[in-house]
Order: sequence, then structure tokens, then C-alpha cells
Amino acid sequence: MIPALSPDDWEAVRLTLGVAARAVGFGLPVAVAVAWVLARVQFPGRTLVNAVVHMPLVLPPVVTGWLLLITFGVRGPLGALLQEWFGVRLVFTTAGASLASAVMIFPVMVRAVRLSLEAADPGLEQAARTLGAGRLDRLFTIALPLAAPGIVVAAIIGYATCLGEFGAVITFAANIPGQTQTLPLAIYAALQSPGGEARAAALSMVAMVLAFAGLLLAEWIGRRLNAALGR
Amino acid sequence: MSLDISLRHRFVGVSLDIAFTAPSPGVTVVFGPSGAGKSTTLAAIAGLLRPDACRIAVDGTLLADTGSGIWLAPERRGVGLVFQDARLFPHMSVARNLRYGQRRAAPGPIAFDAVVDLLGIAALLDRRPHSLSGGERQRVAIGRALLAQPRLLLMDEPLASLDEARKAEILPFLIRLKTTLNLPVIYVTHAIEEVLRLADAMVMIEDGKVVASGPIADMAGRADLPLARRDDAGALVACTVAGHDTQRAMTRLAGLGTTFLVPLLDYAPGTALRVRIPAREVILAGKRPEAISVQNVLEGRVRRILAEASRHAMLVEVALPGGDLLSRVTPDAVFRLGLVEGGPVLALVKSTSIEVLAS
Repeated sequence: MIPALSPDDWEAVRLTLGVAARAVGFGLPVAVAVAWVLARVQFPGRTLVNAVVHMPLVLPPVVTGWLLLITFGVRGPLGALLQEWFGVRLVFTTAGASLASAVMIFPVMVRAVRLSLEAADPGLEQAARTLGAGRLDRLFTIALPLAAPGIVVAAIIGYATCLGEFGAVITFAANIPGQTQTLPLAIYAALQSPGGEARAAALSMVAMVLAFAGLLLAEWIGRRLNAALGR
Repeated sequence: MSLDISLRHRFVGVSLDIAFTAPSPGVTVVFGPSGAGKSTTLAAIAGLLRPDACRIAVDGTLLADTGSGIWLAPERRGVGLVFQDARLFPHMSVARNLRYGQRRAAPGPIAFDAVVDLLGIAALLDRRPHSLSGGERQRVAIGRALLAQPRLLLMDEPLASLDEARKAEILPFLIRLKTTLNLPVIYVTHAIEEVLRLADAMVMIEDGKVVASGPIADMAGRADLPLARRDDAGALVACTVAGHDTQRAMTRLAGLGTTFLVPLLDYAPGTALRVRIPAREVILAGKRPEAISVQNVLEGRVRRILAEASRHAMLVEVALPGGDLLSRVTPDAVFRLGLVEGGPVLALVKSTSIEVLAS
């Protein structure tokens, strides 16, 4: 019923997995840092930062893509600098697809990490203080290890979400086979071309399997890590 | 050397105004009802809470002084704190918990193996905190605080969350710790048993104020302090074993400037002991009785007589050459004996009523 995947289809799957890996790899450390600041540091404008972080969650993805385009485009303020200093161009590239995906999953990851940072018993950090641990020391030896289940779950959910990013990616990185055409974009392209329904169905099956596996994995690892912490 | 603590802090509706001096080394028990401000005082000494004004000096080192703008962060104070709920790090083994403070401290006199041995936790080193019993957790927490080489150890009701059996399991370790380590300790509790066994000095706090403070023997022997209101009020006496009379199966103890006879003890002469003489066991007499089983007839003077209206009883402070005894008698007995403050009295103490607490 469903035809086997062509080499082009496999290329789209491979590209999707790579884009998602880069989006999580570069986005997660930033998400952890932002989550820690939002959870632990009192500063004026915290509400504003929190709102900005959550914007991609509520904006139409096309708008997020457009904002990226005018910021990181060749004539955008940051895009021009990147081009001039490093010779890096993000628009219409695989790196650009990764950036767009990272921005889209950023609020989800920040939220998950922040919740697990806030769930940790503040008494443990107090104990660490009386034992001579300064702020950064406590972050790396107490807060982050205790938030590890939340961080890992954030990474897996973020990765699974990346596999389905569409609007921001197509707006910022376009739909170039082999470069920026991820699974959802390939499915869309297949549906646009006459007789592409079978291909769309096959790719959709792959997308469903990947998403489901991601959810199961997140659940399983989260439980294992919590058990290791005695929770 | 000593600890000098003074702090003022105002919460919504409650204000704290505490000042006391404590011996170093030695165990100072901060005693008082819940909500009196005991834990807040400890948090301020540790630096976890910043009071409106304070001055905290340990053996001459200033940790905080509002007057000169000194405020050391908790991580730079070298003040160990044992919490009521242990607060072991759940993601580390017992051994890593123990070494957490040690790795961050300058090398000091307290050795890993010695602490593990003292607290009897050698068998637990590879375990995770969640697999330990409450008593084991608390012992590890004490060890972790000690290994950070603190200049001062604070203990916030370390036994409060444990049942009686677990308390009895840990108390001997605390007594060993007190005699082994030359460390100033401030110990918060509202359990009289811990006061009697551990305290060298006591600070009584009520409603955010110090009611009384001083050496434990002075505090226990005063009729006007909250300790004397208890059913088990009594004098706490520092003694040394003066000698044994094996024929009569008695031991002579020297203390309060006199000697007491108690049933034969298994301690070498010269051993320092702590005994408790309950007020309700001390009989008062006007003249020396004859043909009576009581072994200890002590001559003293009435220092003070306080009425205990709720009990229809009187508490009499009897001054002996080296300290006071407390006696609880009926008002009628005081009247019949014609006891007056400053007058002579004989205190009769049954040998078997003297509680010997190891020192």
C-alpha cells in the first residue's frame, strides 16, 4: 500500500534528524542558562524576558520565520555582521533551518528546565552554601544534576518537536531538497505535486513513528533518572 | 575563647533581639519553645538569613558586624550547619556527600576516617541517601558538616524528626563527638534529655528574647527559670569519682563542694561525671535524722523559696558550698520546718535517686 522510500526521501529523513540534532545541541545550553536566570535571579525586566522567550510559542510560525529573515537575512543587522565577519550565510541553508527550529523549540525547552529547577528543594543549595560552595559551584554540583531529568526530557521533547517544524523553517530557510527540505516540507512538496499522495503517506508514517518513539523515550528516561535521584 | 552573638531582626509581627556569649570549645544549648526564634538565630549565625543588625564573632574572628559593614557569605564563614531534615544530596553517594564540604575547605584537623569511625557510618559509604534510615541520614549529615572543618558547628534540632529509638541511637555519638572534638557547638533543641546529656552552657529563649544564659549547672539549679517549672526539675551537678567502697557497694562522688554516696559505679577514681538530682527526691529536714535509710545528709542554707501555685508546692534552692540543689516540697512542710531564706537546712538525698549521666 505504501511505497518504499526513495533515496530522496531518505535524504529528507537524514536531513531532518541532523537539523533537529543541531537545533537541540545549540539551543539547549542557552535554554538552560535562560531557565536558570529566570528561576534564580531577580532583576528588573524579568517578566519582559520571560514574555520574549515565550513569543515563538504564541506567534504564527510564519511571523517567527519572517522576523528571523529580517534579522538574519543577508541585509539584516545580524545577518550582515555574520556574513562580513565569518562569511556565514544562514538564509536558505541547513544551518538556517536549524536556527529556525531552535528558536521554535526554545520556549518549550526553557519551560521544562525551569520547572525542574524550581521543583528542586532550595534547602539543598542552602546546605551546599554552608559547606563552602559558591554560586556557580552550586549550579554545576547541585542545581543542574538535580534538574537533569527535566533537562533530558526537554532535549527529547525539543528534538521530537523539531522534526515537525514547518512554518518558520520554510519562511526562513525555504524548501530546498537536500539542504533545507525537512520531513514536513517534503510531505508538503509531495502533496503539491500531482500523484504525490503515496510519497506523502510514506513520509507521514515515518514522521509518526519518530514522534511516537520520542515521546516514549522521554517518558522512559525521565522515569529512570528520577528513580536514580530517589524520587 | 568564646562566641559572641548578638542580633536584632524584625519579621511581620515578631521581633528578635538576641545576645549571648558562649564557651568555645563546648556545647551551648539554645533552649526554648517552638517559634521562640531559635532556628532564625542559627540561620543568622550561618549567614543564610541577614538580620537587620548583628555582630557575630567566633574565637575573635568577626563573621558579621553591621557596625563596620562586615557580612561574610555563608560559603565563606566556615560555619557548619546540621539541619533537622539532614538535607543530604540525593544524587551523590554517602561518601561523596561526606567529601563535598571537605573538598571545598582548607585542610583541617578533622580526618575522614576518624569521622566515619566516630559516627559508625563505614558500612554506608557506597549507599545513596534515599536508602538510609532517618538516624543514618542524620549521622551522615553530621559527618558532612564536620568534614568541612568548621570553626563553629550549628545543630538545628538534629534529633527532632527521629523516633525515640533513633534518638537513643544517635545521642551516644553526639556525646562522643563532644568529648573527641575541640569545637564550639551551638545546639538548638526543646528536648530536656538532650540538654542534660550534652549541654555545657545554656541559652534560654522565649518570644525572641534571651531569658537567661550561663553554665548549665547554674541554669538547672535556679528555681526561677523555666526548667524548674517542669515535673522533672532538678539540679545538674558536675562531679568526679572520689573513691569506691566495694564492701558497702557504694561510690563516693565529689561535687558541689561536698561528697555524695551513690550505688557502686564502674568508673575509675578521678573520672568526671555529670549527675542529676531531681527536686522531688530531695527531702528537707530541720535536724539530723536518726535510723534512716538516706545516705546523703548535706548541710546547706536556704537561698530562695519560690511558690509553685499550680502544683501547691514550693521550690527551695539549697545552697551547698559549691553550688545549689533544688528541692520541691509542700508549702506545709516549709511552714512546719520554719524555713526562711538565708536560714540553715539539711538536704537529704537518697543514693538511688541520683541519676548518673556519663559526661
